[in-house]
Amino acid sequence: MLRFIARRAAYAVITLLFVSMATYAIFAILPFDPAALSCGKGCRPNLIEANRIRLGFDKPIWEQYWLFLSGIFVGRNYGMGNAAFSCPAPSFGYSFNENACVTDLVKQALPVTLSLAIGALIIWLFMGVGLGVLAAKMKNSPVDTGATIFVLIGTSLPVFVTGLLFLVFLTIKWNIIPLSLTGYISIFSNPPGFFVYFILPWLTLAFNFSAIYTRFTRSAILETASEDYIRTAVAKGLSPKVVLRKHTLRAALSPIATMAGLDFAALLGGAILTETIYNLPGLGRLSLKAVYDFDLSIVVATTLFAATIVIFMNLLVDILYAYLDPRVRI
Amino acid sequence: MSKLLEIKNLKVSFPTDDGDVKAVDGIDLTLNSGETVAIVGESGSGKTVTSLSILGLHNRASTNLSGEILVTTQAGVVDVVSAAEQDVRSIRGKNAAMIFQDPMSSLHPYYSITNQLSEAYRIHNKVSKQAAHNRSVEMLELVGIPEPAKRAKEFPHQFSGGMRQRVMIAMALINNPKILIADEPTTALDVTVQAQILLLLRDLQKEFKMGILLITHDLGVVAEVADRVNVMYAGKVVESGSVEDIYYQPAAPYTMGLLSSIPSVYGKGTGKLSAIPGQPPSLINLPKGCGFEPRCTLKHLVTGANCVTDKPNLIEDSAGHFARCHLDLETRKIEGKKVAAKGVK
Repeated sequence: MLRFIARRAAYAVITLLFVSMATYAIFAILPFDPAALSCGKGCRPNLIEANRIRLGFDKPIWEQYWLFLSGIFVGRNYGMGNAAFSCPAPSFGYSFNENACVTDLVKQALPVTLSLAIGALIIWLFMGVGLGVLAAKMKNSPVDTGATIFVLIGTSLPVFVTGLLFLVFLTIKWNIIPLSLTGYISIFSNPPGFFVYFILPWLTLAFNFSAIYTRFTRSAILETASEDYIRTAVAKGLSPKVVLRKHTLRAALSPIATMAGLDFAALLGGAILTETIYNLPGLGRLSLKAVYDFDLSIVVATTLFAATIVIFMNLLVDILYAYLDPRVRI
Repeated sequence: MSKLLEIKNLKVSFPTDDGDVKAVDGIDLTLNSGETVAIVGESGSGKTVTSLSILGLHNRASTNLSGEILVTTQAGVVDVVSAAEQDVRSIRGKNAAMIFQDPMSSLHPYYSITNQLSEAYRIHNKVSKQAAHNRSVEMLELVGIPEPAKRAKEFPHQFSGGMRQRVMIAMALINNPKILIADEPTTALDVTVQAQILLLLRDLQKEFKMGILLITHDLGVVAEVADRVNVMYAGKVVESGSVEDIYYQPAAPYTMGLLSSIPSVYGKGTGKLSAIPGQPPSLINLPKGCGFEPRCTLKHLVTGANCVTDKPNLIEDSAGHFARCHLDLETRKIEGKKVAAKGVK
């Protein structure tokens, strides 16, 4: 098991190296001068040159990449004399648009995205798996038909439509959920405010995912229910409740654990649409804005972060799966 | 010998959009303690449906059942067809247990062997987990699993096919049931393992005084272990009798066809395998007369009845030997002898 994890970790490092190179290379070949962009409109050529040297854009691309890599471990110093400043390790560079170290920007945005993703995950697991189990249990009943309609709507409507519909109806027309106009509220400082702040984004994200999970759970349960070992369980004299809980669900829900892990990882990279609709200062908005501004350092950092999360969650899901299914234990 | 199971005029059908599929069309069957009764027939003849209905394993909502399935329990006789789900559940595994065709898929892949065996034991016995585990190990030893204490903790995928079937047998017998329903227990296994499993079943039958209902399409297996045989065709029993009756004096043309289809290792043979021509009838539109009529090679010998329009009844040929055919007894005897003479052992 340890060897397995060590090998996977080594692969992860190599993958991340390539991801960072690729992101770096894409921005290096774009026809924009980062020094000019960092200086603003109508900047004089000598100021642009000064900026170039200050931010290190005068050096060849591989040296810039190397400085970036080493910065992660030892931190980075920019400029000289009075204009000198530094980003301590782990430094992912400096954003001249935001005038801040990228690491700090990510640190600010991460709790928002994390709160969004975790809350949505909990809601959609309860809703999706619950409704899926119910639909499978009452196959061909009105409940099942209702679930099918929900699945159809949920998978057909994109987040930017459901998000706006929720806003228009739940908040503006019916006044059920108040719209929080404050900035991000941490769960630690003000739990009720936190819930009000996040409830709509959670519902929006979870709506779509619940639909997918409902469908998946329903079909997984029905498929498992026709397995020979379920018939064996019934033939032992077990009650339908125990057969469902102990035998059917155990086998049907294992793949759902995998799916949830990967979906969660993808969300941690930033739920760009949801964050944009509800104006949440999360990782998705941070990356999106950085792309608009050609803010290389932020894009590289958020891409690397998302890649790390995906790789890490993949590993976690593999370990979890081995725990759930004895056949894949090593 | 006491009567363990009696099936009276059992009919099982499944409603579909095209009409009712009459999988079992009125069969009668009795199983006594210490005896092995075989149900033989080709795929779709209704033998598995019969066996599943004994434990009420069909989905009640999508199955039409009629007739009686009388199971003898400590508390008296229970009719599985009319009993409440709860009463049927208390029979399952306790009075009547079942082993299935495919041991590869019949054990839950996520639970250890001892977990699955203990579960079966604890449904019907209020004992501690440890006691149930000990009982499981005991049962595994009984069915010939080497190092049972160690292997009990392993998972099904760590067992070979034959070993898994042994585990299934251990699980079925853990509550000491009087009725064992074996639905093609050796079909998925290779021939040497088949023999071991059959021997094991025979030994256990002596030890536990069980009645075994053996469902199979393998006439070799039947000859080996059965006391009485029921040959099924299109949801009906077409012939029933002792093994000797069936093999040496087959009376129904279908049984004769089955016996002629067994390839013989001895003698010269023509180089061709013989088969019964045609296909079994659709179970939705059963023929008005004899179900086997379209495929029957002896129907020209029938006198005094019309195979196309008249349903034949199960008629006693000799004591305890029944056949469902319009042929007169004399002709049956002559044709049966011909088939038996061609060399079945």
